[in-house]
Amino acid sequence: MKRLLRDAGVLGLLAVYAIPFFWQLLTSFKPEGELLVLPPLLPSYPTLAHYQAVLEQSLIPRALANSLGVAALTTLLALVLGLFGAYALARLPIPGKAPLLLGVIASTAFPPIATVGPFYLLLRTLGLRDTWGALILAHTSFALPLILWLLTGFLREVPEELEEAAFLDGASRFQVLRSIVLPLAAPGVASAALLTFLLSWNEFLFAYTFTATEASRTVPVALALFPGVFEVPWGDIAAASILASLPPIVIVVGLQRYLVRGLLAGALRE
Amino acid sequence: MTPRRRADRRTGFLLLAPALAVLVALTVYPVASVLWFSLQHRMPVFGIARFAGVAHYAFLAEDPRFSNAAWITFAFTTVSVGLELGLGLLVALALRAQRTGRRLGLSLLLLAWALPSVVTARLFEWLYHPAAGLANFLLGGHPLNWLGDPVLALPGVILADVWRTMPFVALICYARLTTIAPELYEAAQVDGAGQLAMFRRITLPLLSQVLLIGLLFRSLDALRAFDLMFVLTGGGPAGTTETLSVYAYRNLFQTLQLGFGSAVAVVAAALVMLVAWAYLRILRREGLTA
Repeated sequence: MKRLLRDAGVLGLLAVYAIPFFWQLLTSFKPEGELLVLPPLLPSYPTLAHYQAVLEQSLIPRALANSLGVAALTTLLALVLGLFGAYALARLPIPGKAPLLLGVIASTAFPPIATVGPFYLLLRTLGLRDTWGALILAHTSFALPLILWLLTGFLREVPEELEEAAFLDGASRFQVLRSIVLPLAAPGVASAALLTFLLSWNEFLFAYTFTATEASRTVPVALALFPGVFEVPWGDIAAASILASLPPIVIVVGLQRYLVRGLLAGALRE
Repeated sequence: MTPRRRADRRTGFLLLAPALAVLVALTVYPVASVLWFSLQHRMPVFGIARFAGVAHYAFLAEDPRFSNAAWITFAFTTVSVGLELGLGLLVALALRAQRTGRRLGLSLLLLAWALPSVVTARLFEWLYHPAAGLANFLLGGHPLNWLGDPVLALPGVILADVWRTMPFVALICYARLTTIAPELYEAAQVDGAGQLAMFRRITLPLLSQVLLIGLLFRSLDALRAFDLMFVLTGGGPAGTTETLSVYAYRNLFQTLQLGFGSAVAVVAAALVMLVAWAYLRILRREGLTA
């Protein structure tokens, strides 16, 4: 009994910790007239008007589609490049492997502000400004080192004997990679993919700098630029914030196991 | 070298080449460029591009806005990271003692960590709203103008950052705590050790490596902080939340001084890499090489 009370107490405190989010959730359902007065804390009647306004009259739906496309394609590109590279780093004799991995991990520490200028000029030269391509390339430059680092570790955990046995049966490198290594490393690959997706979905500096119109603006950029001409539309902003939070919520609540696995492998690998 | 080994080596190069090519094009090339730009007077909109040597760097040494930004970055980093480590440790200890609802607890924590930083900025902007903000409502008394007050703006931004990133520290500490064998505590109890002694003699030493890693990851992030202050305060009021990244951004893309902005960015990057290098040396000494 005492145990249960204590557990409930800790959960209660963590719920209090999440109040900034729940407050925004509550705000998104508040009628316009009750937004700027406190108390009462609770709306007299909940309304979907803010969601309706955001979905029908703002650029948020387009931004959600852009974010989804950019994050999915970034994840795909970084995974394909990263899987082959990580397999080579995990299994094959490559000279200078240690400094290479050190360079890969060091590049994740490099501040984006230092590369955003030259990157902008590069994309302008390539004619990619204000396109999904610009953001996919930019986000891949952050995601690839992370993926290489994580996957090299996950692929090393696959027992080498299984691969050797397949080679004796006459399988090629590629066949072994596809039908033995990948299935066994699948949970790790999923973790790396989730982290990459989140990274791309949340990224702001590059997305803000390289986009100009609704053609490519992602959700964080649209949310930062949310229009308010005469007064700030707090209810609409709240609804837009909740919509922008949906994928992270799904990942945290539904796919927590994979997320935590990747997060810990990234931080605690020895 | 056996033929198989030679073939493996070739396959390795082939598999790694695309990833390396992308990294060189998208990371090494921009880094080399920013170093080169920082030595130039360069304003692309006006077609200005001439060599300036170290003039920008010499100017930075006397630029009060730069030293302000460096100071703000330092203050933000030390206070944020200190709070995150302390709070994260406490939350991890509470979670370890938890029997039921761990998953729910982790979900509540990780939610804050996984939200886009722009969403975090919007959440706190609304909490800090002078008239309708929950913060002022809970404090009662007269309303504070959190983000518009030069004294309160930095603490306001720090609070948002701590909220967002403490869960990361809590999670890695919690993961380490779950690997500590209960026998260690039982043996200590038999020897008559109290709670505090057990914490100081067993828990803390075993957590020290994880705390060091948390310190490394979090400081590197805090040193390059940009999103929160850019969206919440725009660096103001009066530059009181202007970090090095925000100052560099202003020069690069708002006043369009690509050369000077690059110099600011290079110094900011050098500071981050210096800190990373120092931590890596400590981690290596602790036998925790990456």
